[in-house]
Amino acid sequence: MSDNGGAVRIGVYVCHCGTNIAGVVDCRAVAEYGATLPNVVISRDYKYMCSDPGQELIQQDVAAHKLNRVIVASCSPLLHEQTFRSAVAKAGLNPFYFHMVNLREHVSWVHESRTEATRKAQDLLRAAVRRVVFHRPLERHSVGIHPGVLVVGGGIAGIHAALTLANAGKKVYLVEREATIGGYMAKFDKTFPTLDCAACILTPKMSQVKSHPNITLWTYSEVAHVDGFVGNFTVKVLRKPRYVLEDLCSGCLQCVEACVYKQPKFSDEFNYGLGKRKPIYMPFPQATPPVVLIDPETCIQFKSGRCKQTCLQACDRQAISFEQKQFTEEIKVGAIILTTGAQPFDVSKTPYYGYGVYPNVYTSLEVERLVNASGPTGGELILRNGRKPQSVGIIHCVGSRDENTNRWCSRVCCMYSLKLAHLIKERSGAEVFNFYIDMRTPGKYFEEFYQRLLNEGVHFIRGRVAEVTDWVLDPSEEGKMVIRVEDTLIGTVRRIPVDMVVLSVGLEPHADAQEVRRLFNISCSTEGFFLERHPKLAPVETFTDGVFLAGCCQGPKDIPDTVAQAGAAAAEAMKLIDVGKVEMEPNTAYVVEEKCSGCRTCIPLCPYGAITFVHDRNVASINEALCKGCGTCVAACPSGSIKQNLFEDEEIFSEVEGLLQTV
Amino acid sequence: MEGKIHFQPQEHPSKVYLQSGDIISRKLRYQREADPVWARKITSHPGCERLFSCIQCGTCSGTCPLSLYMDYTPRRIVALVREGFRKDVLRSQTIWLCASCYSCAVHCPQNIEITDLMYTLKREAIQSHLFPKRFPIPVLAREFYELVRRHGRNSEFWLVLRMMLKTNPLGLLGMAKTGWSLIRTGRMSLKFEGIQQIRQLQAALEAAQEGNNHAG
Amino acid sequence: MPADRSHNGDGAKKYVYYPGCSLKSTGLAYEESFLAVFQLLDLPFEELPDWNCCGATSYMDIEEDSAFVLAARNLSLAKSSGATDILAPCSACYLVLRKAEDYHRRYPVIREKVDAALKRARLEPLADNCPHVRHPLEVLYNDVGPERLRAKVSRRWEGGPIACYYGCQVVRPYGEVDNPVNPVRMEELLEAAGIPTIEYGLKTKCCGGSLTGTIHEVGLRLNYVLLKDAHRRGAQAVVTICPLCQFNLDVYQNEIRKDTWPSLDMPILYLTQVLGWVLGADFQALGLHRSVSGRKLIREWFSRKEEESYV
Repeated sequence: MSDNGGAVRIGVYVCHCGTNIAGVVDCRAVAEYGATLPNVVISRDYKYMCSDPGQELIQQDVAAHKLNRVIVASCSPLLHEQTFRSAVAKAGLNPFYFHMVNLREHVSWVHESRTEATRKAQDLLRAAVRRVVFHRPLERHSVGIHPGVLVVGGGIAGIHAALTLANAGKKVYLVEREATIGGYMAKFDKTFPTLDCAACILTPKMSQVKSHPNITLWTYSEVAHVDGFVGNFTVKVLRKPRYVLEDLCSGCLQCVEACVYKQPKFSDEFNYGLGKRKPIYMPFPQATPPVVLIDPETCIQFKSGRCKQTCLQACDRQAISFEQKQFTEEIKVGAIILTTGAQPFDVSKTPYYGYGVYPNVYTSLEVERLVNASGPTGGELILRNGRKPQSVGIIHCVGSRDENTNRWCSRVCCMYSLKLAHLIKERSGAEVFNFYIDMRTPGKYFEEFYQRLLNEGVHFIRGRVAEVTDWVLDPSEEGKMVIRVEDTLIGTVRRIPVDMVVLSVGLEPHADAQEVRRLFNISCSTEGFFLERHPKLAPVETFTDGVFLAGCCQGPKDIPDTVAQAGAAAAEAMKLIDVGKVEMEPNTAYVVEEKCSGCRTCIPLCPYGAITFVHDRNVASINEALCKGCGTCVAACPSGSIKQNLFEDEEIFSEVEGLLQTV
Repeated sequence: MEGKIHFQPQEHPSKVYLQSGDIISRKLRYQREADPVWARKITSHPGCERLFSCIQCGTCSGTCPLSLYMDYTPRRIVALVREGFRKDVLRSQTIWLCASCYSCAVHCPQNIEITDLMYTLKREAIQSHLFPKRFPIPVLAREFYELVRRHGRNSEFWLVLRMMLKTNPLGLLGMAKTGWSLIRTGRMSLKFEGIQQIRQLQAALEAAQEGNNHAG
Repeated sequence: MPADRSHNGDGAKKYVYYPGCSLKSTGLAYEESFLAVFQLLDLPFEELPDWNCCGATSYMDIEEDSAFVLAARNLSLAKSSGATDILAPCSACYLVLRKAEDYHRRYPVIREKVDAALKRARLEPLADNCPHVRHPLEVLYNDVGPERLRAKVSRRWEGGPIACYYGCQVVRPYGEVDNPVNPVRMEELLEAAGIPTIEYGLKTKCCGGSLTGTIHEVGLRLNYVLLKDAHRRGAQAVVTICPLCQFNLDVYQNEIRKDTWPSLDMPILYLTQVLGWVLGADFQALGLHRSVSGRKLIREWFSRKEEESYV
């Protein structure tokens, strides 16, 4: 039954995994049971099979007992299949004569009764023993890795990843959906805990990106379609029309000056509606690339077709082009890094704080723009009613730590609330109250920053604000918004009248995060953030080879952590490119041409487009390089002429029969 | 009592009588006073399942219209229940001051039905005879209960009369004016009509409580 | 939104009306005006025969299981009469019955206890189709709607602007009758009927409920705050949908007057009283003579001038 014509000789290894498996499963009993099964020559149990001694045990037994099949009953193949296959290969056996049984995720982690768990483990082992007889030797093939990298998202994460790769000599495409890179960091005034000016540390990097010979920067562009697999991605990028020719525009802003709208009239998205812009505008002074764009929703030329086009005339480089159309570019890259970020919590989901009802309730990002010197109020803290606040309430945890909105803690809000408290106090001299549940200051110098704020005279009241209202109980509250809160530290309910309320909103996945992640064929977690391969040991990889994550798209985090992840993701991408090739799993499907009737049922079913029709032989043919082994065509083929390596009929049926043997 | 020093463990809070004539208090909680089994039992009631998820944020107290008057705010009641300090909770005035307005339950970020917790504690306080005896609210509740069990309906006149007689008989005089304005506008009748099928109701009520050693 | 399921044999909608103890005594004007409005809007209804007290907030203080059964008997009687919806104007009754319906559905432990107890008393168990508990505000908004209401108005409003006071138990915790944080349906109905309203910041703040009767000083202060804010925002009367809220705000104004506010004399009216008036019902039928406070304004606003008619 084995390939060399001789008998099948199986070695069985049951792993204790410390107490992870042995705590529930009687591993000794399972090993003893294994010894009774047909074709099993040696059956052992051992504490940690994945350790060096564990692997050496396999290698010694292969030699000593002339084993030609190896089964390890331990954890999930996702963890150690590779480890054991390598061990088996080192012993001189084809690695695909190895089979793994999952006694951890499938048994010890999901069952409580020892007798039942042990019996299930034995059933699984018996099935594996029957299956492994039919394993055949398989070879892995390699594919080359295209040396380019696509970075999606031009915030600090994308910028840092792109620069790291570009400085290492790699070709990088940086695609950003907005008209400028910079992301949220470009909106901040200062960053915690050092109170560095955000623009001062960011803009040098932004201009490095612009001028780097290895980086192709496409702003106002979105990824439309992704095809392929690790090392061989084909990506279509949609270039949206700015109605301005990027290569010609010098950013002189004469067109903006000349616009028929003498005063800016339209809500300025960059400033969250706190400021105004004209239909032709530069998103912010340090925008990169320094190119204006035209908003067709508000530009007279687009809305009515009749405009003097003073902007066009004012431009001495003829950079304006109302006829510009969107177009698609196609690129080939070997690795993709997603740095699409997150969005602030949508405040309309919580009605308790009066946002949109009382004019002087702001989100934290709106306040960032207010205190920013290049913002709509020139850095002065001027409210929507034109006045300066004498008292300000900052409410932590808006949208976070709440079963009714977002369950998680958004990690950055306590720190930025402290920062805003400092800046607000500095700019306006107002009395500042921070309302928090817990003060979370885990990073380097973070606790010291909190100490600084404590000594600057900011009030810290431990209590989650229930409501912001405008009904008064006391004359001192007239004309103000009142925050009613339980001060849990002092132990009393307090009413605090304020002129301005700042909502420290948390972070949540972008509204279109699900569409985006499907584009790249990756998973997300229950909250909707993109899923990392392992939360501790592989935070920037995904389960899709060749696609990496960095920054807030993976989970809320601050700038230091974002930059660290961006560097890590760049390293992973670099690793792929420098190795230059990747070995593919051989669990691909293949067509048995003699049996294929040419019905073409399989061809449209393949999600990877791996099957083509060969006209002169009237059969289907599967491209091994594109096949991911999903098994759809195998199941669908009416004549059963498509088979799959590692999942042959005999292998599957024998496994099923093995499981059912005691029923 | 003056100047006497007790070295044995005292019931919390205890008074210390100083030689100077002043009285100060001493507060200490021993771990043997905490009853974790009772705390877990409370969470088995409908609505109280998420008690242990409380992050002590204080939103409940912040929105409760009666929290100003409570000896322990709702948040502190939850903290006390979790740690198992049963007597403190059942003896508190807080649970009786709850108006069942549900503001706390609606605002709670952990979706704890605090109103249901208050009901559970009220029932246990009555069962264990730990409620403040002359406090009008538990008295009202018991009178209400008796009237409804006997007649199937409730008369506001008889209810208030019985409650005042038991807690503050002289207060009835102060209510005379209000009572008169109600009679005058036809909003208060002295007669009392119960339901027809009272036996049916009583059978159902008794069947419901069967098997409950302690009510609730 | 639950579909209109209250059909009797001939297809016409018929509401089962659960009055509750208050509507037969201190809240009599609510029953009177509610019946008048439903008649004027051609909404057929029938009082649930032999209904029992729902238990309000007090019964649940003593026992839990029998408290659910107390409420459930009414639901069972309604179910046996063929109704799929039951209407409870009193906010406390609404909440108690609604909670019984909800907990019966969500908690198997309560479901078994309640149905077994009902069976023992030879009442129909609620099983899988318990009648749905509704409130007149929601019925008026969804089943009639502001537009149909506007079409049926036959009198012009002669009174002042109104503060719409929802109270607690109708909007919390079940947000079906209206939004728990910012309800607007009463305002929409009143505006459609030609009655001006103001932006009332305390529209869902608790009046103290039964606490005004037991710990009077505390309740009185809560009522003071409500009346003060309504006045501050320009309202001349408060409209409510709960007999206990109406009682608290109406009956104790003389005590607040004595203490700090000599000119306080604000009418506290039921939604159905003001709607009934513009729909054409008369003074006595709406129980307007039963108000304790604001009687002067009530006489002015609700006097029938023969020549007035609003097309």
